[in-house]
Amino acid sequence: MTSLSSVVLAASEHAEVVPVAADGVFSWVWLVVAIPAVSAAILLIGDGAGDHGPLDRFGHLLGTAASIASFVVGLVAFIALLGRDAAERAITQDLWTWIQVGGFDVTMSVYYDQLAALFVLLITGVGSLIHVYSIGYMADDPRKRRFFGFLNLFVAAMLVLVLAGDYLVLFLGWEGVGLASYLLIGFWQEKRSAAVAAKKAFIVNRVGDLGLALGIMLMFAQFGTTNIHEVGLNVANASQSVATALGLLLLLGACGKSAQVPLQSWLLDAMEGPTPVSALIHAATMVTAGVYLVVRSAAIYDLSEVARTAVMIVGAVTLLFGAWIGCAKDDIKKALAGSTMSQIGYMMLAAGLGPAGYAFAIFHLITHGFFKANMFLGAGSVMHGMNDDVDMRHYGALRKVMPVTFVTFAMGYLAIIGFPGFSGFFSKDKIIESAFATNFWAGLAALLGAGVTAFYMTRVMILTFFGEKRWRDDVHPHESPKIMTVPLIVLAALSVGGGALLFSSWITDWLAPVTGEEHHELPVPAIVITAIIVLVVAAGVALAYVLFARREVPDTAPQNVSVFTRAGRADLYGDAVNEALFMRPGQYLTRSLVYVDGSGIDGAVNGTAELVGDGARGLRRLQTGFVRTYAAEIFGGSLVLVLALLAVNLA
Amino acid sequence: MTAFWLLAPIMVLAALGVVLARKAVHSALLLAVVMICLAMMYAMQDAPFLFAVQIIVYTGAIMMLFLFVLMLVGVDKTDSLVETIRGQRLVAVGVGVLFGFLLVTVVAQTTVGPVIGLGEANADGNVHGLARLLFNRYVFAFEATSALLITAALGAMVLAHRERLEPKRSQRDLALERMQRYAEHGEHPGNLPTPGVYARHNAVDVPALLPDGSPAESSTSKTLRERGVVREGAFQNDVAVTLRKLEADGSPRERGVIETGRSNGAEEDQ
Amino acid sequence: MSVEPFIGLSALLFTIGAVGVLVRRNAIVVFMCVELMLNACNLAFVTFARAHGNLDGQVAAFFVMVVAAAEVVVGLAIIVSIFRTRRSASVDDASLLKL
Repeated sequence: MTSLSSVVLAASEHAEVVPVAADGVFSWVWLVVAIPAVSAAILLIGDGAGDHGPLDRFGHLLGTAASIASFVVGLVAFIALLGRDAAERAITQDLWTWIQVGGFDVTMSVYYDQLAALFVLLITGVGSLIHVYSIGYMADDPRKRRFFGFLNLFVAAMLVLVLAGDYLVLFLGWEGVGLASYLLIGFWQEKRSAAVAAKKAFIVNRVGDLGLALGIMLMFAQFGTTNIHEVGLNVANASQSVATALGLLLLLGACGKSAQVPLQSWLLDAMEGPTPVSALIHAATMVTAGVYLVVRSAAIYDLSEVARTAVMIVGAVTLLFGAWIGCAKDDIKKALAGSTMSQIGYMMLAAGLGPAGYAFAIFHLITHGFFKANMFLGAGSVMHGMNDDVDMRHYGALRKVMPVTFVTFAMGYLAIIGFPGFSGFFSKDKIIESAFATNFWAGLAALLGAGVTAFYMTRVMILTFFGEKRWRDDVHPHESPKIMTVPLIVLAALSVGGGALLFSSWITDWLAPVTGEEHHELPVPAIVITAIIVLVVAAGVALAYVLFARREVPDTAPQNVSVFTRAGRADLYGDAVNEALFMRPGQYLTRSLVYVDGSGIDGAVNGTAELVGDGARGLRRLQTGFVRTYAAEIFGGSLVLVLALLAVNLA
Repeated sequence: MTAFWLLAPIMVLAALGVVLARKAVHSALLLAVVMICLAMMYAMQDAPFLFAVQIIVYTGAIMMLFLFVLMLVGVDKTDSLVETIRGQRLVAVGVGVLFGFLLVTVVAQTTVGPVIGLGEANADGNVHGLARLLFNRYVFAFEATSALLITAALGAMVLAHRERLEPKRSQRDLALERMQRYAEHGEHPGNLPTPGVYARHNAVDVPALLPDGSPAESSTSKTLRERGVVREGAFQNDVAVTLRKLEADGSPRERGVIETGRSNGAEEDQ
Repeated sequence: MSVEPFIGLSALLFTIGAVGVLVRRNAIVVFMCVELMLNACNLAFVTFARAHGNLDGQVAAFFVMVVAAAEVVVGLAIIVSIFRTRRSASVDDASLLKL
């Protein structure tokens, strides 16, 4: 466990970071956001004339070019950042004042530091590859232009998120990626399941966003500012409970965006979107925003052990949860989605370890971004050749007809299971080591997760590419066009070589000014842990091989399976729990409220109106229009007057 | 006080008569009775000037005006005493009784103190005293009254006046118009038949007979029809009625010239 | 001569006039009842003048008479003109104010 002194040390380390004003190439970093944003605006609102306008024919090229241009700007800025001293690598540029109300000031600023630089490269790099891939994947879709507009919108929003210097600006990007995610999950809106999945993702994300919004409000209430840097400085002087509350609220936000337990249910349904979307948003970038948020708020988590432990528990639980689901799914995209949840669980677990784990969380995030995007795109390539069939039981023996897809997918597979030498090996190994060094149970969960990951990924691999042909009759698998395989090859190369980032601890040194640095001694030598991990992974692979390669694979999923498989197929009853705990009571509540509204409130209002109406109808009888009636009333009035006078006199 | 106790019952009865009388003319005459009695009360209470004004202005001028208007407006069904507004009579009488009872109670409660009398005020004579007040303290009110009277006179003229917007029609125009109406609508062009073709009694209330023997309603006055005093015009009927009357009288008379001696409403009203 | 019987008579006449206004439908008779009420007031004025020993009450009665005269002239003119247009002198016929 982290000692108090190291906490203070870590906090003081953050305070040393002094952002410097942008100059030179850094004053153009805002272009990274602006280019895809403008492109999205052009694609979505420009020139709506007809189906065959120039934008409809060349819109996908514009979107891809915007993404690549953004990547180039990001790359130039990154290289420039490499050339600076470590102390001058946090760069801030104020663009304009967004909100100025009384003492509340929000500046729209770019905050470009080591962490943001890595994210910019990941988002624009992987984003560009997926744009290129989508040109082939979406070639026949009549609404291609809109698709690329949404993709650009997503890239712009995600970049706003990671370049934000203020929590409120971060929130803007946070909601922007949520919107883009909603639009892209429901891109095939004519499919009911897609529309429902989009709504589900949006609503579940709202729960998490509520946490983030409350956290931002709490920051403003406590510190009078929402600037990330200033909050980091102020929180050191705040009470423990404030830091804990902030940490838990931000964790809720992170859970929603990163599909962590208990807000995990939307991610599996989100696979209804086009596969490039699943690769970009629901594997490589957006879902990792929660991890980014935790790491970016390191100053807060450093001060609250409770919040950090919560992050760790959430990560550990989701890690096993996602792995379990991944084992049970026959839908290749859902199996990969379970895997994504599981891998993000790793990242959260690492982030929950504190300064010892932040850098590894980001490292795993980046390598995962490479290999998971690679595998999703590979899955898309397979689906492309299999008439959009997603059931792995209908695949088999595809390695011969789709050699490029097979090889690239295999690279991703080896990376994710942690085959020695591949990128996932280094990143996962570091996380498990750090976990063991900090907390034995967390380490055990991570180790177990590694074994299960090996099991289900091997299952995916065997069902898809090996064994017998189980294709449907009218399916004629073929290799995808070059425009799709080239991104696959690039991503496969990155999956293989991504581990190079750890070379001579480059990434930990690079991120140290942002995340702090801490090292815990392991009870046993690191090589022992590594050996154990490799053994566990090998055991998982062997088990899968025995279960799936040596036996006949049934064409339809067998029904008489263990309770564990059944639970996994049902997403561990996450939807059932949500429905029972929130949806049903919510429905009853709204129904009863509607009833109260209808009978009670409306009844009172209408009753009052009726009363007035009836009274008026009664009083109307006095208005006969006859002069003599009015005279009688006057006479009666004078009688009352005389009576009153008499009463006063007698009294 | 003897005079008061003599006059007061007459006044109350006459006032009730004003309210209850079926015919407007009777109401007017009974109102005149009330006013004359009031004049006497003024005289009793040392107000000789008001006595004179009451007689001259009220009984003389205003009542005459009422009678003239009655004559102009004539008699119609509004003379009926049947109440048409539900509960109106009940409310009126109920409230009236309560009101009167209350007023009398209040009067009984008050102590007016010793009656001073007008001996001193009327030392120079009542008219002098009034004149002194009218032309000193109340001179502005007095002048305002004159303006009011002029305004009222003008107002009455404006209200009663009808502007002639077209040239006065000559007898020739009227005759042409009548023939035009006859040509277009078949309206009878000549005089209406006169009542009392068989003038065996006051024939104004007996309709003329049409060639088929049925009575012609249009031959009698509208006023008599409204009052319901028109006799049936059938000849046989009339003869039978007359014979019955003669037998009841028991005194044989010359047939054909019959004086019923019965006064009828038309004479009373006008 | 005491005052109270005169006042009582005045109150009685006033009430009879008021009830008459309420129950009669012929506008002319209604008018007569209004006159009756005015006269009842005049009687009270004259009586109080005697009770107080000054002539102000009589002056007031005088003014009431003048105003009554003016009122009768205008009122009757109105009745005549209404009768001319509606062929009726019933106060109930002029009931366009009702629904």
